[in-house]
Formats: sequence, C-alpha cells, structure tokens
Amino acid sequence: MTDQSTASDSKTVPSRAAMQKRGMKASLAQYGIYLALLILVVFFTVSSDVFLTSANLLNVLRQVSIIGICAVGLTFVLLTGGIDLSVGSVIGVAGMTCATLIAAGFPVALAVAGALGFGLFAGLLAGFIINAAGIPPLITTLGLMTAFRGVSYIIGGGLPVYGVPDSLKAMGQGYVLGIPVPVLLMAAALALGHIVLTHTRFGREVYGVGGNEEAARLSGVNVKALKYKVYALSGTLAAFAGIVLMARVNSGQPKGGEGYELDIITAAVLGGVSIFGGVGRLSGVLAGVLIMGVLANGMILLNINEYVQWVVKGTVLLAAVALDQFIHRHGKSG
Amino acid sequence: MTDILELRQLSKSYPGVAALKPFNLAFRRGEVHALLGENGAGKSTLIKLVSGAVRADSGAVVLDGEDLSGLDPAGTLSRGIAAIYQEFSLFPDLTVAENVFFGRQITRNGLVDRPTMEAETARILQDLGTDVSPRALARDLSVGHQQMVELAKSVSRNARVLIMDEPTAPLTNREVGFLYEVVAKLKARGVTIIYISHRLKEIFDLCDRVSVLRDGDLVTTLDTAATSEAELVRLMVGRTVDRSHPTGTARHGDVLLEARGLRSSKVHDVSLSVRAGEILGLAGLVGAGRTETARLIFGADPRDAGEILMDGRPVSIRSPRDAIAVGIGLIPEDRKRQGVLLNQSVTFNAVFAALSRVSPGLFADASAERAAARRMCELLQIKTPSLGQFVGRLSGGNQQKVVLAKWLLTESNLLIFDEPTRGIDVGAKEEIYALMRRLSDRGAAIIMISSEMPELLGMSDRILVLAKGRVAGELSKDQFDQERVLRLASGLEVVGTTI
Repeated sequence: MTDQSTASDSKTVPSRAAMQKRGMKASLAQYGIYLALLILVVFFTVSSDVFLTSANLLNVLRQVSIIGICAVGLTFVLLTGGIDLSVGSVIGVAGMTCATLIAAGFPVALAVAGALGFGLFAGLLAGFIINAAGIPPLITTLGLMTAFRGVSYIIGGGLPVYGVPDSLKAMGQGYVLGIPVPVLLMAAALALGHIVLTHTRFGREVYGVGGNEEAARLSGVNVKALKYKVYALSGTLAAFAGIVLMARVNSGQPKGGEGYELDIITAAVLGGVSIFGGVGRLSGVLAGVLIMGVLANGMILLNINEYVQWVVKGTVLLAAVALDQFIHRHGKSG
Repeated sequence: MTDILELRQLSKSYPGVAALKPFNLAFRRGEVHALLGENGAGKSTLIKLVSGAVRADSGAVVLDGEDLSGLDPAGTLSRGIAAIYQEFSLFPDLTVAENVFFGRQITRNGLVDRPTMEAETARILQDLGTDVSPRALARDLSVGHQQMVELAKSVSRNARVLIMDEPTAPLTNREVGFLYEVVAKLKARGVTIIYISHRLKEIFDLCDRVSVLRDGDLVTTLDTAATSEAELVRLMVGRTVDRSHPTGTARHGDVLLEARGLRSSKVHDVSLSVRAGEILGLAGLVGAGRTETARLIFGADPRDAGEILMDGRPVSIRSPRDAIAVGIGLIPEDRKRQGVLLNQSVTFNAVFAALSRVSPGLFADASAERAAARRMCELLQIKTPSLGQFVGRLSGGNQQKVVLAKWLLTESNLLIFDEPTRGIDVGAKEEIYALMRRLSDRGAAIIMISSEMPELLGMSDRILVLAKGRVAGELSKDQFDQERVLRLASGLEVVGTTI
C-alpha cells in the first residue's frame, strides 16, 4: 500500500469519538420520535385519569386510522421528493362518489370500485401534470386539491348523501377481536407499505429517485413511470380512506377529509420522512401518526381550547421540519 | 509601460497537491496578458487568488503598490480588479441596467433612480460599441450580449485589471470579432487584461505577452511577437509521457459498439467505434462535445440523428434504461450528482442498477444483494467500514469504485468513463487505471473521456480528438503525441492538414 492510500484511509475512517458523536446524532434522529411519543403518553397519563384506558387508546387509534392510511401513500410520494396536497379532497370525492352510487342503486362492490377508480384517476392525473407539463408537485396538487373539493360539493349539490348499507358500515364501525376495523385496515396498509418499501425493487427505486433523481435515471430507473405509480398509490389509498370515513360517519360528506392533507404531511414529516426525499421509514410515520392522535386526544381530555390546539399542531409541524432541516444539513457535512 | 499588478510568491496547496507554487509575476498597465496552460496547470487557482475568491497560503497580490491580500472578491472589485468567469453572474430576471448597478444602485431621495441608471448604462454600452437596451432583461440576451453586460459592469466600476476566463468559448465567430474590438478599446484606455484561452490563435491576435503555467508553476513569460505556436505548445506540455500506466495485453476483438452520425445541439456529426478489449480515448477541450457524445450513446440526452450498433446490430437506445439493457454503463464525470446516491449504503448503490439480476423475484433478496456487494468490494478493493456505510462517507476513489461496481453487476461490456480520476487522490488513481486495464483485458470495450494528457496517452489504445462537436482527428497508438492532440483539439490542425 502506498503512502497516499494510507493517507486517504485515515480520511475515510473517522475517529472513534467522531463515530460515537455521529451515532448519537443518528439515533437521536431515528429514535427521537419514539421518545417524543413516550413523553406525550406519560404526560397525558399523569394529567388525565381517562387517557390510559383501553377504550380511550382504541379511540385514539380509530381517530388516526384515516390519516394513517393516507400517510402510507403520501410517504411514497414524499420519498420520491414530491408532495401530494390533494389527498384530503380525494377523501371527500371518494366518499361522495361511493355514497351517491349506492343511493342510486348500484351494487356496493361497484360503488366501492368507482370510488377507488376515482382515486387512481386523481393520482394518474397528478402524475401526468407533473411529468408532461413539468409543473412542480406542490403546485399541481394544490390545484387538484381545490378542483377536487369543488367536485366533492358538486356531486351532491353541496349536500351530504346518506344511506350506507350495513355491509359497508362494518368497514368503518365494526370490530374484529375487540379492535376497530379501521385500525386494522390502517395496520394492514402500514405493514404492506413497509414491505413494499423495504423489500421490493419498486421500493428501492422510490428511495433512489428521491435520493438523487438524475443518478437514478442514469442507473436505468424509468423516473416518469415511477412518479405515475407513487401518485396513483397515494390517490388510491386516499380514496380507500375516504370510503372508510364514509362508512364510519354513515354518509358521504362534501367536506369529508378537508384539511386532512396537512395532518397527514405533519405526521409523515414528524415520523422522519424528509421533505427533500430519499429518507424515511413507515415505522417512523406510524409514530408520527400516533403523536398527532395522542396530542389531539390528550388536549381534548385536558379541556384545552380548540383554538389553542391549532397553535400546538402548527408548532409541532414547524419543530419537526426544523429538526429535519437540521439533520439534513449536518448529515451532509458530517 | 509600468507594472500595475504584481504577484509575489503567491502559493496555494490543497491536500496532496500544490495547486500553485510560489513565483513572481507582474502585469503591466494597459497590456493584454495571456495565461496559458493545460487543465490543472494552475490558471484557475491563480485567478481565484487574484480576485480573492480563494485565500492564498502565502505570498501577496499587490495592485499599484497596495497589498490586497486577505480581501474577498467584493474587496478586490472595489480596488479595481474585476473577473468575468465562464459562467456569467448576471441575474436573469433583472434588466441590463439593474444588473450593471446591482448592489450599488444610484438613488435619489432614498429611492432607486432608474432613469439615471439606465442613461449611464446606455452610455457605457455605447462606448463599448454595442446597442443592447438597458431595459432588456438579462435572460433575453444572447450569450455575446450577456458578456457585454458583464463587461459594462466592470467598466462602470472603473476596473483597472480585468480577468477574462475563456471569453470566446461560448461565442459565435461574429461575436468573437466584436469582442476583439472591445478588448482593444479597453486596452487603449489603460485597462490591463488577463486573458485565459486555450485557443492559441486568439493569443497571437490579441495579447502582448503570454505566461505559460505548468503543474502549478510559471514556466516563462514571453512577448507574443517573439514566440510561435509550436514553442507555446512545447512549453505547455513540457514533460515526457508518464509511462507508469499498465499496458494491455489482450488483442482487440470485434467491433463492439459503433455510433454513426450522432447529432444533438452540441454534437455535430460524430461517428466512432470501439472494439472489445480496446480503450478508446476521447480528447478535446472543454465544450468540444465529449461528454455530450457519451450521453447520447448512453441515452441520457435525446439525439437528433444518428444510429448506434452493438455487435453489428442496430439497437434502439432512447433512455439509460435501454442502454443498460444492451450492456452499456456510464461512469459520469459528476460522481456526486450523477453517479451515486450519497444517502444510501454501499450495498444499495452497488446493486441499484442490477436489481432485476441480483434478486429477480417479487421480493428483494437482501442476502443476495449483500453477497453481490461483498463480491464487488473484494474485486474492486472498495475500502469501507461496512456494506451498510453511506456512500457519501467514502473517499472519492472508493465512490468511483462503487459506481463501477454498479456496471459490473449489470454485466456491461461497454463502459464509458467520463474523467475517471477527477477528484481522486494519486494512490486511488493507479488502482482505477489497473481496474480499467483488467476490464479491457477481459474483453470489455472502454471509452474514456479525459482532459489529463498523461492519463489519455498512457491508458488509451487509440485516441479520437473532438473539437466543436466534430471529430477533429484520430490517432493510433504509434501516432500518440501530446502536441498533436493539443493542436487537433484547439483547431490548429484539421484531419491530416496543418494550418
């Protein structure tokens, strides 16, 4: 070995102290979210008698199930370096579509397929605008968010549509082994999403494109096709969540899912998904979703003013993004 | 003529390399002084030290008796040293006048005085002999006009020393003629111009004196009237060819890749072929179309015309994906932006292009991936603490090996190396060379783009010289000659004939 390569070795292999420091920073970034969740749980357990009861905890889980399902699709989008603001509106349109088709006498299966079909269409449309017109995902999905919300109102003339059959009600209100069905659906979505992200070629490509789109393209990834796929996934899962929401509230609501997109993004970012793409795991997103749920539930239990709750939620999002930025910057130099 | 700018024992080192060695050099008032040298000779380091963009390790920059050491670019600019780099520093969405006065806008009663600024800009531009409107947006101007705005900026700041880095590279012939006139005007006003160009003809057309740099040191300063192109080329090259490169043993096989009549916006009709077991060197100046040609072959950019044959059969390559499928791999020049995923592990990167080969099933086979990556680490001697290490934490040489691993796993038999050893330290360079030799001995065809003469002459079996998007000449191993390559690349010699 020559002198030069020895010198380069000492540059490549950092000192033990630096490794430990880096390791601490990395684990803080990775596990900080679980720590935060634990602190919140302990805090609310101490300050409220009701919080740590199985009934309340199941309630928390059921409340986050809609955003939890959507967060899976949105995580794929965020990992590619994109964003999808239209999910909340897709929830609304899907619920309205499904309820309206049922009210019009179509079979339940067809109504569900119609709603899911809309979600797929919404995602492909976003993918098309981003790929073909080159409009940034933020603007594309902002436009679609507004347009789809309009569609959601148009479907029922601005009014809710009632009449959910029992077979579908179970999806939103039923229990299996004492656990609410929406919670099980969320768990299934998270588990499947996790497997796809970590154990398939598609998952590898998602991380690759988000980490470095040009390098991924030069490694043979069909970047445009991949973008179609992640937005289609996000749209379809949002529509699925819309059906679950409709089944839970017994009606298609034109306002259904309004503002959810922000909760979903907050949860994903809290869970360590980088807004720059390429970094994040669904296990972290689950923790992010739970933090959102615990925070909302705990504040209600403590009778904290609703307006104050908004302030807290917004602050939590900013803190999460600031942390992400910090890690991003230091990760690069370190 | 008196000296205006003096460099006294100015030096700068980067880890492992002395970019500029200490020497004295003086520039006279009102002269056009050329800096000449190969890539890496120290020209850009020198101008960065003069403009204050980079701080010198030692020595001083003295302008008219004032020591400017320690000043940043804003400081040297205020003393009268302006630099126009190859990448212009205009704000595309501001007007010409706003650009010229950016950061020191003329105000009246605290508000920007647009009419005065525009009138002043118009006067300067007219003086330079150009009719660019002060109200035009910078983004709407041609490259030549943008350059005039850069010049107007320098003039409006009363620059006494103007550094121009390859100013004619992006210009059309007509614009070059115009630039000549402007340079003459500035010179007549007593402005000293430090002129950097690879084009020897310009140096004789425009410059009074020329300083030749080589390996970070000043070779000599000559009056252009008292030298010749041949002498300058000889001074620039100076050293003998480095014979330490491993030489190939394999006899070349059949033609593996043939590209015919490739065209795009920057490539005008390039045809080339490379045989199995052969290393084809692509030589040329920056902007000659080498990287662009490589990207056309790899499908990274759309081509306007031309066809590509692998093993004698036409193949349709419309994306990198298509190119990879027929066995082509590209090791790009800009490793960090185009070659690796810095935030992913060695394993992830190594198998990324070969996922369908390494784990063909529905689910990724993590142990097969690790096994493949481990095999590559051993084969290429990639030094990493673990397979899970982020590639961003590896040294440049090891990152380059990871990119190579990617293409070995896709079983590419045509590898395109674009500046394979850029940003890689000396020890790792030798390893990369040895690997390239080993690959070609095993029958891989290699196209190597390189701006480093020793690398080009030492590694290539045959050299194709590109100039301005065209093939300027081809040299077989027994014709290899640094001066010849330089002459072809700078357009002094066209295929077969000497100008």
